Amino acid sequence: MATKSLHKRESDLANSNRQLEILSNGIFQNGELPTFKSKIAETNQFPLKAKKLEILQINVGYMCNQVCDHCHVDAGPDRKEIMTRDTMQQCLDVIKNTGAHTLDLTGGAPEMNPDFRWFVEEAAKAGIKDFIVRSNLTIIRANKKYYDLPEFFKKHNVHVVSSMPHWTRGKTDKQRGDGVFDKSIKALQELNAVGYGIPNSHLRLDLVYNPSGAFLPGDQMSMEKDFKKALMEDFSIQFHNLFAITNLPISRFLDYLIASENYEDYMHALVEAYNPTAVENVMCTNTLSVSWDGYLYDCDFNQMLELPVNSKAKHISEYNEDLLEGRNIVISQHCYGCTAGAGSSCQGTVA
Amino acid sequence: MSKTYYDPADLRKFGKITEWSEELGNKFFDYYGKVFEEGALSTREKSLIALAVAHTEQCPYCIDAYTKDGLQRGVTKEEMMEAIHVGAAIKSGATLVHGVQMMNKVNKLDG
Repeated sequence: MATKSLHKRESDLANSNRQLEILSNGIFQNGELPTFKSKIAETNQFPLKAKKLEILQINVGYMCNQVCDHCHVDAGPDRKEIMTRDTMQQCLDVIKNTGAHTLDLTGGAPEMNPDFRWFVEEAAKAGIKDFIVRSNLTIIRANKKYYDLPEFFKKHNVHVVSSMPHWTRGKTDKQRGDGVFDKSIKALQELNAVGYGIPNSHLRLDLVYNPSGAFLPGDQMSMEKDFKKALMEDFSIQFHNLFAITNLPISRFLDYLIASENYEDYMHALVEAYNPTAVENVMCTNTLSVSWDGYLYDCDFNQMLELPVNSKAKHISEYNEDLLEGRNIVISQHCYGCTAGAGSSCQGTVA
Repeated sequence: MSKTYYDPADLRKFGKITEWSEELGNKFFDYYGKVFEEGALSTREKSLIALAVAHTEQCPYCIDAYTKDGLQRGVTKEEMMEAIHVGAAIKSGATLVHGVQMMNKVNKLDG
């Protein structure tokens, strides 16, 4: 289990250009596997184009209390990239006028941004239909100052989406660190106690499952059934939906794939599971990702690979929904992660 | 030619068997696919049965395939190992139950 980010370790893979090189060389250069561009061209889906914006996802910083093995953000306590209140204000100007129905705050642990609560309070006033905060759960138990987060989320009608790799302690702690399972269970019980996750409750609590190793997620509905049964029987925990998300071969997961000699097999598995129907609904076509410093990306993964949007509007201060609609999505081989099987997005399967 | 009988990369080529006998190959894969669909048994239960049989058949391709399949379905390593013990118990039981035949023969010849 790593305790430092790739950036802190000064790993070769902390460099996004190096990651993109790996994803373009080897099996994709020698023709063993088709590039993503040629694959989507087979079904006349190249270039992939942005549709009407539905989801505005804002990354408020890469700092996190955890150092999960497969984090695509390379987040951790040692990451200092944090969104300032000035950039948040620029985001709020956009949030007040956007046509998007979903606002999605992510990180890192978004709650660690010192202006997080102010931002949530202000953003909630905009009355966006679905206001998501991606909480890693353990943050709620990390320090006394976070203990009231369930009440805070409730007060602002925040939709909580939380990572939970498995319903057993062993598999959860292996991926996310010792003690994460017990803290996550406690946090879920506290969210349940204030009304989150209860059937028919308007306080939405969804869990995110991503595999703990070099394999693809199973059927989302079956996994949800297994999670619900186990969490109810063992801990009396309830939640609404489970989102099964595929690990994309970037950042720490790419590092793991290479170190464990699983990279080529994993890329083969992604390409074999390619589903053109998933391409139709891939999240970059209805989402815009904003980085901690206000730059715009097609998705959180492109943000981490430092692949900015292909548009004249490149920063939140230049935001223009009409200009961004219809832009060509920037792609590379990591995109196979979102088009495998039933597809994968921050909202789970798409096909 | 490969210098070993088994190559993990060959598993990905399994579908190619259809190229040299299309009708039979397709019938096999249709049947195979149907067997593993959700039915009176869940796909998860079928996956664990397949893993146990993969071991008793000692098929390295099947072991790789159904270990991965189990992980994808959220099957734990404890469940996988127990499934293999079920296969092993039947294998050893099948050996030992023949001990009765040996005993019968001894009793007949030397009783």
